[in-house]
Amino acid sequence: MRKIREFVIEKIILLNGFACILFVILIFFFLAKDGLALFRFVTIQDFLFGTLWNPLAEPPQFGILPLLLGSLVVTLGAAIIAVPLGMACAVFIGEIAPRWMREVLKAGVELLAAIPSIVIGFIGMTMLGPVVKNLFHLPTGLTALTGSLALAFMAIPTMVSIMEDSISAVPRSYKEGSLALGATHWQTIYRVIIPAASSGIVAAIMLGIGRVIGETMAVMMLTGNASVLPKTILAPVRTMTATVAAEMGETVRGSEHYFALFAIGLVLFGITFFINFLADMARHRKKK
Amino acid sequence: MKTKLLLSGILAVAVLFCTNFLVFAKENENSIQIKGSDTMVNLGQAWAEEFMIENPQTSIAVTGGGSGTGVAALINGTCDIAETSREMKPRELELARKNGHDAQEFKVAIDALAVVVHPSNPVKQLTFDQLSGIFTGKITNWNEVGGNDQKILALSRDRNSGTHVYFLEHILRKGNDKGPEQFAPEVLMLPSSQAIIDEVSQSQSAIGYIGLGYVSPAVKAVAVSKANEGPFVLPSLDTAMNKTYPVARPLLFYTGREPQGTVKSFIDFVLSKKGQEIVRTMDFVPLGDKA
Repeated sequence: MRKIREFVIEKIILLNGFACILFVILIFFFLAKDGLALFRFVTIQDFLFGTLWNPLAEPPQFGILPLLLGSLVVTLGAAIIAVPLGMACAVFIGEIAPRWMREVLKAGVELLAAIPSIVIGFIGMTMLGPVVKNLFHLPTGLTALTGSLALAFMAIPTMVSIMEDSISAVPRSYKEGSLALGATHWQTIYRVIIPAASSGIVAAIMLGIGRVIGETMAVMMLTGNASVLPKTILAPVRTMTATVAAEMGETVRGSEHYFALFAIGLVLFGITFFINFLADMARHRKKK
Repeated sequence: MKTKLLLSGILAVAVLFCTNFLVFAKENENSIQIKGSDTMVNLGQAWAEEFMIENPQTSIAVTGGGSGTGVAALINGTCDIAETSREMKPRELELARKNGHDAQEFKVAIDALAVVVHPSNPVKQLTFDQLSGIFTGKITNWNEVGGNDQKILALSRDRNSGTHVYFLEHILRKGNDKGPEQFAPEVLMLPSSQAIIDEVSQSQSAIGYIGLGYVSPAVKAVAVSKANEGPFVLPSLDTAMNKTYPVARPLLFYTGREPQGTVKSFIDFVLSKKGQEIVRTMDFVPLGDKA
């Protein structure tokens, strides 16, 4: 009796483990089924490298290059802002702050992760947009930079919390050895602790970027959504996620436009898959 | 043993709840689902509230998402009434027919679209040709239409908005549905009418279009003329009702079949004098005396 129960429970747990993978595979096939259907109408080159996104034109144009670059510009901007800030924050929490402050800061950073993206978008629209506009004398505050700033805020908690874990995981003996050799605290941090934690830090950066590139609501509210090829970070851009979100409601099921939005989803899936893969590689390097 | 009992108890309750819910949903023909145009959400809500006060046994749920969302829901049979600010396209009508819905159209109100600029902008009037030029990217500086030497920042609603489609077909393409004109890539696509108001009120070089009900003192509406020589007409309730203002569109209800029961009485209410009075209080334009 007991054996049977054990057996059943074991299998249920196994099934749950596989369910996650199964869902990912199902989602991928669902995306691929409708996304690849687009290429009956449009060639892959025209889709990936076309510079005009005009789904309502006759005939429609489905060039996602402006959207792809828009997503990349916003993401890169967010990474440039978030990585130094996040790293400084993680080092401070992990190495410098006294114990009581560490607890407070960690809780605070994790709370930041819990803010819904629409709230960040709303704050960005009413507070950040006008600041960016006036600071750079722009015609509008809805630019790639505004989106990047808001997204940096969303990436920082993910980054800090994983970075801090890997910094705390550096064996105490490394630090003590370095200090015993006469290195200062700062020298110990950047010559010993950061290199020792580097694989975790790279993984944290990748996961943070993965979160940013998939973000939708805040970028839709903040980047202006003009589908031009971005020339500067101070111009409006349209990201892939915002395009899918803004246009899905209007498309007729089974139309070319509908398939094109799924194809964008497929591209996004590919990018996040690649980023997660890199993060995983970085994490496994540590174990060797 | 105890946990087992508890589990089966939970299961039983869950099953009961589900079946109850199903039965309830099937029997209740007093509830209406309305979905569609963001322009019409508040209007639909106002009608629904008043109607539910008069008919307390009914329940009406109104949600937005865009005209396209409403039409898609109608095609999929997940709403009773689709609110749209544009007519259904032939392709959509065909899809609805394929799914066994014979779409019926009801004109329920009129929405005038105001073209708005920053209050400090000296431009007072624009022709359809000029508007088309601005939004297709042929006109890029305000001095080409009688304003200051300043680059134009054109703002539009995004593509899921019926307002976007109406503006594209009636202003950019001047009524020719299949015209080659397109919104220029430089045009900002904003997710809501409120976002357009916010931008226009902050940016001296901005121009955008919004429903008449959204016009506030923070922005300035310009007079519009269909012909190049005029007459230029400012948007208002009166000019929209007497049809002299050229940028006005019908707001529509679509049902999947000949309306019956609660759906029918709701539509009758909307078209009644009281229903049309609500249209006026919500800053839209009533249908008037059956033109």
